[in-house]
Amino acid sequence: MSSVKNLKYLTGPLSANNPVIVQILGICSSLAVTVKLKPAIVMGLSVMVVTAFSNLVMSLLRKGIPSRIRIIVQLVVIAALVIIVDQFLKAYVYDVSKQLSVYVGLIITNCIIMGRVEAFALGNKPWASFLDGIGNGLGYSFILIIIAFIRELFGSGQLFGFQVIPESWYAANGGFYTNNGLMLLPPMALIIVGCIIWIHRSYNKDLQEK
Amino acid sequence: MSGLRNFVDKIKPTFSEGGKLSFLGSTFEAFETFLFVPNTTTTKGAHIRDCNDMKRTMITVVIALLPAFLFGCYNTGHLVGLAGWTAFFYGLVRILPMVATSYIVGLAIEFGFAQARKHDVNEGFLVTGLLIPMIMPVSTPLWMVALGTAFAVVFGKEVFGGTGMNVFNPALVARAFVFFAYTPSMSGEQVWFSNWTMMGAQVDGVSGATALEQLGSTGSMSFSNLDAFLGFIPGSFGETSTLAILIGAVILLFTGIASWRTMLSVFVGGLVMGLIFNLIGATPYMQIPAWQHLIVGGFAFGAVFMATDPVTSAQTNTGKYIYGFMVGMLAIMTRVINPAYPEGMMLSILFMNALAPLIDYCVVEANIRRRNNRVKLAKK
Repeated sequence: MSSVKNLKYLTGPLSANNPVIVQILGICSSLAVTVKLKPAIVMGLSVMVVTAFSNLVMSLLRKGIPSRIRIIVQLVVIAALVIIVDQFLKAYVYDVSKQLSVYVGLIITNCIIMGRVEAFALGNKPWASFLDGIGNGLGYSFILIIIAFIRELFGSGQLFGFQVIPESWYAANGGFYTNNGLMLLPPMALIIVGCIIWIHRSYNKDLQEK
Repeated sequence: MSGLRNFVDKIKPTFSEGGKLSFLGSTFEAFETFLFVPNTTTTKGAHIRDCNDMKRTMITVVIALLPAFLFGCYNTGHLVGLAGWTAFFYGLVRILPMVATSYIVGLAIEFGFAQARKHDVNEGFLVTGLLIPMIMPVSTPLWMVALGTAFAVVFGKEVFGGTGMNVFNPALVARAFVFFAYTPSMSGEQVWFSNWTMMGAQVDGVSGATALEQLGSTGSMSFSNLDAFLGFIPGSFGETSTLAILIGAVILLFTGIASWRTMLSVFVGGLVMGLIFNLIGATPYMQIPAWQHLIVGGFAFGAVFMATDPVTSAQTNTGKYIYGFMVGMLAIMTRVINPAYPEGMMLSILFMNALAPLIDYCVVEANIRRRNNRVKLAKK
């Protein structure tokens, strides 16, 4: 019983309760860091770590905090975790950390984290909250990877920085192809999110609004 | 003719409800009404009787576009050193693949959506499909035209619910997509000349600076004002000739399809902004005569065919004045102040498309308030 329920915390946010395309949280960072795949994956992992541990910590503290000051406690916990993640990225993947620039620090404002702490961790046991954090982080990363895959492939013809579309296709080398500059701009990411939502809802009838 | 009628009647049951191919019903309906005037009449409710249905409206706009289209054909040949009928036929052959691409891609998507949603195929794309090649440079690769058209039909129109529901002008969405995605060739500074060496065309360079670019960098252009008015300048296919566009404008206004309020106020807005820049006069571009703005680039084309789109422009009469005036002003402002966008018409119309409902809302609210006040005064 309990393991089935725990599994649901992990898999639910992947599709039926996805933080980005169903709860519409964390849209801004999914537009900002998805120009290339590598930073998108690092960002997804960072958010997953922060969500999981802030859920865990807040769930442990939930009985000791007066509800009047819970927001400020949440902020302290989340901010501490974000700083740890930021320092970690700077130490081990410096180039990606440079590319992500302010968006690592801005994880603190990512609505998914606050949303999950408020909606889940404050009312559930630590282990379940931790799994819920991991699940939501995975759901977020999943969408980020899809967007970044499309944007990097069509926007710069690369995947993980490796040229995928043959050089000989490009107009500069006598071919016909040109990279789609719109893919590098945030509006196209928003349109891709819209398309994912469109496809997702047409397969999940219970999500469709009347 | 009656043979065709009989044939259509014979295959009709196959496509109607319960028939074998009923899922193609709206496709069949579209072709039937394309061939014959529909004989269905409305049965209830009050209706305005008018022979001007959507098909006829759209065809009128297409006729109004023809002068600019035909001149575009000639100018395409003219720019590669041809003259007379040769130039015209060269341009016609050059543009036809683009027109065909835009129609085939756009109509395929329209029919697909109509089938999936089980509603009728609308005629809106007749105009859009012709506008798209006319607002792109003549050598735009066909796959870019196809991609832009597909994007415009899906995201400019169908996601909002199809013809009549769209917030943005679909043809401009197509251009905006190609503009932002493939900037170097579309930006309005440099446009491609035709690159086909046939009928003795002399292809020197692949692209050339437009009048807008020359005005922007030096404040003067290498074309005479008469040439710019008549349209013998490089630019997108249909936008160069202000004269041909004005002929189209006369057709639109005479038939009452387009609103003279919008059209006029776009030109007035452009002129006023030009005069304001004359007063400032900080750069050479600001000092050019205000009227010169109106005959170069896509200003006239946008004013006549794009801003007046009845779906995306403001609906109220006062709103139309405000909407048009802002379109004109913003277009010139973008051109002069922002060097990254030499042509501001597309962006200003799209921007005002987004604001049009707000303008209408304010106009309607103001009207309600005024009438309320009148009632209050009468009661006293």
